Amino acid sequence: MAKKLAIIASKGTLDGAYPPFLLASTAVALGFEVKIFFTFYGLQLLNKNLNLKVSPLGNPAMPMPVPVPSIVQVIPGLEWFATWMMKRKLKQKGVASVEELRDICVETGVDLIACQMTVDLFDFDEANFIDGISSGGAATYLEFAGEADVTLYI
Amino acid sequence: MSDFDKELDTSGLNCPLPVLKARKALSEMAIGEKLHLIVTDAGANQDIPAFSKMTGNPLIETFEKEDKLHFIIEKGAE
Repeated sequence: MAKKLAIIASKGTLDGAYPPFLLASTAVALGFEVKIFFTFYGLQLLNKNLNLKVSPLGNPAMPMPVPVPSIVQVIPGLEWFATWMMKRKLKQKGVASVEELRDICVETGVDLIACQMTVDLFDFDEANFIDGISSGGAATYLEFAGEADVTLYI
Repeated sequence: MSDFDKELDTSGLNCPLPVLKARKALSEMAIGEKLHLIVTDAGANQDIPAFSKMTGNPLIETFEKEDKLHFIIEKGAE
């Protein structure tokens, strides 16, 4: 019987998008059955058009080309710059884009589940989500996670 | 180096793309055929043997040449 991987994706930032899609696509390649449950800000990862960002603000561990004091990081455009820099670096190092990894997940049959409660909470328009996703609640996740070999909260 | 039926060069690509592309290539091959996988991602030294073991596609040969890692993987029975 195939191993099972259950992931909760709760982050909607560029850096937060990598672990769930990267591990899910790799797990499928290794023969796992995979479900990702998207909740809170993680729901942003289901939008057709991804406009994910990364912010150095409140993230003192983010490597920057020059040290930028927190008070300066609120300046408009700095988040845009940090995102542009991160995307450029990902490309230079031959890392797949989030879109690419998500496409592989969809093509290889990863089950993408939107948390219904948080969809309602934030008034997400499901028409903006990619095709082929389902929705569910805590019991839906736990039913699968209870039999999973690996469970991750990201 | 062992004979092979198909070559896949993933030079420049980083984790997890070499594994994902190897899986795709193997899925299009017949049982017993051999894939020559070329990787520059240094983590492949651990990742490709793990992939081989978990998917039942035996790793026939591994070597390093001109800063690139080479793997010969045989397509196993499903």
